[in-house]
Amino acid sequence: MVSERTVGMTQALSLLPPQLMTTPPLLTMTGVSRRYGDVVALHDVSAVVYPGEVLGIVGESGSGKSTLLRMMNLEDTPDTGDYRLALPDLAGNLFGLDRFARRMLCATRIGIVYQNPHQGLLMQHTSSGNVAERLLIAGERSFANLRARGRTALEASEFPLDRMDARPIELSGGMQQRVQLAKAIALEPALLLLDEPTTGLDVSVQALVLDTLKRLQRDRAITMVIVSHDLGVIRTMADRVMVMRRGRVVEQGLSDQIFQDPQHDYTQQLVHAKL
Amino acid sequence: MTPVLEVQNLCKHFEMHHLGQRLMAFDGISFALNAGEFLLLRGPNGVGKSTLLRTLYRSYLPRAGHIWYHTTEGRIDLARAADVDIALLRRREIGFVTQFLIARPRVAAEDIVAEPLRRAGVAAGDALKEARRWLDEFGVKRDLWRAYPTTFSGGEQQKVNLARALILPQRLLLLDEPTASLDVGARAALVRRLSDLKAQGVAMIGVFHHPGDVASLIDREIELTANEVSEDVAL
Repeated sequence: MVSERTVGMTQALSLLPPQLMTTPPLLTMTGVSRRYGDVVALHDVSAVVYPGEVLGIVGESGSGKSTLLRMMNLEDTPDTGDYRLALPDLAGNLFGLDRFARRMLCATRIGIVYQNPHQGLLMQHTSSGNVAERLLIAGERSFANLRARGRTALEASEFPLDRMDARPIELSGGMQQRVQLAKAIALEPALLLLDEPTTGLDVSVQALVLDTLKRLQRDRAITMVIVSHDLGVIRTMADRVMVMRRGRVVEQGLSDQIFQDPQHDYTQQLVHAKL
Repeated sequence: MTPVLEVQNLCKHFEMHHLGQRLMAFDGISFALNAGEFLLLRGPNGVGKSTLLRTLYRSYLPRAGHIWYHTTEGRIDLARAADVDIALLRRREIGFVTQFLIARPRVAAEDIVAEPLRRAGVAAGDALKEARRWLDEFGVKRDLWRAYPTTFSGGEQQKVNLARALILPQRLLLLDEPTASLDVGARAALVRRLSDLKAQGVAMIGVFHHPGDVASLIDREIELTANEVSEDVAL
């Protein structure tokens, strides 16, 4: 594993490979590059996430942070790069999987919450139906089980159960995010991906959604990757932070270190620009 | 004596890119600490006492030198250890106590205090029971245990913070002015708890605005002076 910390103007000590952490990473991405025409979306990006960890990815628009998250959700394939999840019955580079295998893997082992609920939900179906769809893909056929498991997931997302048959289009933004979250965790995924999950919500609603995420993380120890341009969100949620700019990782470190002692010029600007 | 920490020639400065400036914090700091020892950092304001604590905890990245920390599985240099190793040690062995509580919306005082135990695998009911015991010990009124500390006064928040920070015995505790603005009862509870932990073998390094608060605990002192440090003095 190459430390990105030495890139840029940093002269701190370069770090050693893990010695005490003996569990291998759940997620390992190596050398991922992606161009769209002339635009370099990702350049030689590597990332690891350990089981139970929350990795935060920050950067401004166009930094490549959301593209990277889509890669983790296998929605796109890079020009070069390797992606592995340390899960039973899963070997080799996941970018090499065919469409069917990708769909099954994403439905059963990876959950995602998008900034825009329209991307993650069928707005005209019921909320419980949206959650049940995930379960159907995984092969659940009993109506009673679908209902019960959907209910459990909605409850864990702190969604008001008396509204479980309301359509997302009738719900507030915060509630729509809870439906997305319930859908994402219904199958108890190994990895939960969050793409600007609270952006656009009122500050008070944002705090409640973040609190739900923290609760889930604490109670279930779900491994998470959260992308946000909002440093406050990242600071609240993440154990470790990766800072991206123009498709590259400029710095990564423990959350408190990135915010209190940023090394790279760009990270210092980001942190100092925060209100 | 069981060594816990050996700091060798530790150096920290801050690179401020937008100013094109380098701010020196400290240079050439060396000392050793054994299990059950309490080391006081002394020196005028701004000399880098808190910076040193934060560097040992790795909230700040050291520039040079070593922070050898002895674990049951051998020693590890905190100055260069991987982020995940530092995170692991912070969960299990190294605590940082400040006067500030990071309250979170909609999380009750007792849940905030119980959290370190929950993360260490203690069952929910037991963790809660222990949390309540410590809230009581630090003098947080019973009515407040289930309330959200976001709305508490500074003093009450600080008590919640201390209960949380000290609930799980660590091997190394870094104390950054934890007594500042505490009332008499809470300060006495804090000194009692620190004294118990010390007797259990917890090593401590502390910065105190009024070192008299913890006079009975201090074994050794280090005097930090601007950009240099004197040898540590045995009391």
